[in-house]
Amino acid sequence: MSNAHLLDQAAALRDDLPADFQDGIVESIYADAAAISSHTVSRDSQRARLTADRLLDRALTHRVWGFAVMGVLFFAVFWFTIVGAAAPSAWLYTLLVDNGHAWLRDGFVALGSPAWLTGILIDGAYLGTAWVTAVMLPPMAIFFPLFTLLEDFGYLPRVAFNLDRLFSAAGTHGKQSLSMMMGYGCNAAGVTATRIIDSPRERLIAIITNNFSICNGRWPTLILMGTIFIGALAPPALGSVVAAGSVVTVAVIGVLTTLLVSWALSKTVLRGQTSAYSLELPPYRRPQLWRTLHTSLIDRTLFVLRRALLMAAPAGAVIWLISNVDVGGTSVAAHVVGALDPLGLALGLNGVILLAYIVAIPANEIIIPTILMLTMTLGSGMSGAQNGVMIELGPAQTETVLIQIGGWTLLTAINLMLFSLLHNPCSTTILTIWNETKSLKWTSLATLLPLTLAFAVTFLTATVARLAGWV
Amino acid sequence: MTLDELGPDNRATVVALEIRGTQRRRLMDLGLLPGTEVRVDMTSPLGDPTAYLVRDGLIALRRSQARAVHVEVRDGSERQ
Amino acid sequence: MTSGFQASSAGPACTSCAIYNSANLAKLGVETGDYDYVAAVAGNPNTGKSTVFNALTGLRQHVGNWPGKTVARAEGGFTYRGLGYKLVDLPGTYSLLSTSNDEEIARDFLLFGRPDVTIAVVDSTRLERNLNLVLQILQITDRVVVALNLMDESQRHGITIDVRHLGRELGVPVVPMAARKGEGLPELLEAVEQVATRQPATSVRRVKQRNAALERAVATLSDKLGQAFPGLPNTRWVALRLLEGDPSTEQAVRDGTLGDLGRGAAEAGSARPTGTAAR
Repeated sequence: MSNAHLLDQAAALRDDLPADFQDGIVESIYADAAAISSHTVSRDSQRARLTADRLLDRALTHRVWGFAVMGVLFFAVFWFTIVGAAAPSAWLYTLLVDNGHAWLRDGFVALGSPAWLTGILIDGAYLGTAWVTAVMLPPMAIFFPLFTLLEDFGYLPRVAFNLDRLFSAAGTHGKQSLSMMMGYGCNAAGVTATRIIDSPRERLIAIITNNFSICNGRWPTLILMGTIFIGALAPPALGSVVAAGSVVTVAVIGVLTTLLVSWALSKTVLRGQTSAYSLELPPYRRPQLWRTLHTSLIDRTLFVLRRALLMAAPAGAVIWLISNVDVGGTSVAAHVVGALDPLGLALGLNGVILLAYIVAIPANEIIIPTILMLTMTLGSGMSGAQNGVMIELGPAQTETVLIQIGGWTLLTAINLMLFSLLHNPCSTTILTIWNETKSLKWTSLATLLPLTLAFAVTFLTATVARLAGWV
Repeated sequence: MTLDELGPDNRATVVALEIRGTQRRRLMDLGLLPGTEVRVDMTSPLGDPTAYLVRDGLIALRRSQARAVHVEVRDGSERQ
Repeated sequence: MTSGFQASSAGPACTSCAIYNSANLAKLGVETGDYDYVAAVAGNPNTGKSTVFNALTGLRQHVGNWPGKTVARAEGGFTYRGLGYKLVDLPGTYSLLSTSNDEEIARDFLLFGRPDVTIAVVDSTRLERNLNLVLQILQITDRVVVALNLMDESQRHGITIDVRHLGRELGVPVVPMAARKGEGLPELLEAVEQVATRQPATSVRRVKQRNAALERAVATLSDKLGQAFPGLPNTRWVALRLLEGDPSTEQAVRDGTLGDLGRGAAEAGSARPTGTAAR
């Protein structure tokens, strides 16, 4: 069109300009900014940062104290989350799972609802929703506000500053340490948090590896396995310490995996120069306590409820259906478990675990109840469980069910822990990755890479254990 | 000398940025351009990166980047 | 909470004053269907940009102490003196010149979204580094209000700012604020209304290029752009982008979208405010 002459003209003018004219543009702006501010701003003291800020920074980035404070603060966040969530979780569990389920079931039966409808809606969809709400809501409502307070105070950029060297060695950005931390609450939130990384390459690495931060939904599985199978190996007095140690070990393996996979990605598919690294360390600011609590609480509650309805409810219905629809005299679940058993055993797991992971893609927190239900209903004529109705048992009963009916060994438990750490992200997280990247390629990679890793690692440990004659 | 060699609490003035393209622009957006006064504020406990005071802001740069920023130590600020 | 920084005449800020209480400012949250004006909120990261946004809309968006927290544009709305404003929170950026995703979103919105007012949120403790962005915004639009935020902190740090002088230097209204405490909010609303409803200021600060050859090239090209696209409000800035060879600006020239911008700006200057204000 006729406007093309403007572009020609621009090119001609550009030709006559000095090579560094672009610098001149920024320099002119800054020169103006400096001139204006020198006319308008006056200070009492010299251009020094506030002493309180400086002192705080000295402490928080100190070789010893910096790491000590970091450890204590993050430990405190997790401790408050676990301890604080216990009571509300138990209360919600009683309300929604124990009583709510019974009331609703009785109501449906009284109204003459056919058994299959009551099954799908109440034993399936409702129970899945209730379970996820009870398990997830309290920890999320505690973890995220605490994290947000640290963020608002200005502490988190200091963590990125302290840890940057580790991430630099892995070819990524120090801010990845923070999306990682966020992932310990919820991987979907962790993936969203990678927005703070402005280089696309480093951000993709952070998104793909966020899965190796163990989210709230996976902690219960690890803790249970650690308690029943690993803590039991130690003398009773040391049992809980050993159990906790095993869970921490898995978390540390997660951190190492994150660094290792990040490094591998930055050397292969996400190769490229480490892009411009810049990290502004903002001044410390007093967090807005009530506002933060209020905002996070509402945000998280809505998030969990939405997720429970969209993801856990259908999963619950599916679990009920596969346990109750029979083909040739046996339930679909039994068929699938039978088909998955060879693969499961090769991985040191079993068919029940794999099936549970398939139906629990939407919500990891229903893994254990699903495993227990499947083990009991498919096992040899044990009573106490109904087809398709997820159950929770105390540790002692769980141990009986898994070892005596399920035939679990120490290897099964260890590999379940590893599988829980490494396997594919849940569907909410996958959806979030899609929303953040809008790329089928990266979403697939972020889903399949961890899954492949989970298969490879569990296969390896199972094979080694068998060759060594440990099982 | 380059920015990574600057000692603690020394003041210096940027003389040149030895990088091109978007990386150069990024640094300039953060206020780091020829003529700007900089000072080392603190170094990460793991040795890298280092935070510099630039136009009242605290900006952390990795050593590889600081090496591309040429500076001149201001008179009287050298600590012997 | 007493504070001495209100250099403007409105007196101490009071959150219960009628001036921005329910009568004038009905917080609308996300209901932005019927609005009379569009206002954008721009600013560096860590300036309390989202706090200002939240204070105006009542939307409780998380305020992160991070660059680029709001990557997608957050939108909200409010009414003030019977006029509806749609408020758009732009990503926090240090500049509009580079090529990061955030900066592109902010820049495109200012250029193509044609906001009636742009609220530039500035950290008063670090004015110089923040003015970099403000001066760039002033190159794109002259309908700007500067929200000089965190005045409580700068006061604590022993920093005094001559607000009036700053306003004269920039050629746009400057409102001292402490958005976290709600201080300065009435004055901000007042200034926003003024800029939205009146003809834009004519004395807006436009950075002159220090390099004489560049300044000549910008002037030449800016003239040509003015002839090709009458009514285009930011010819100097577009000229600079073209000289830099910015692909998206080149595209806008080639396919004529830049022309719509000129017409849009001309309309916004005359017809829009009176047309819808009667609602």
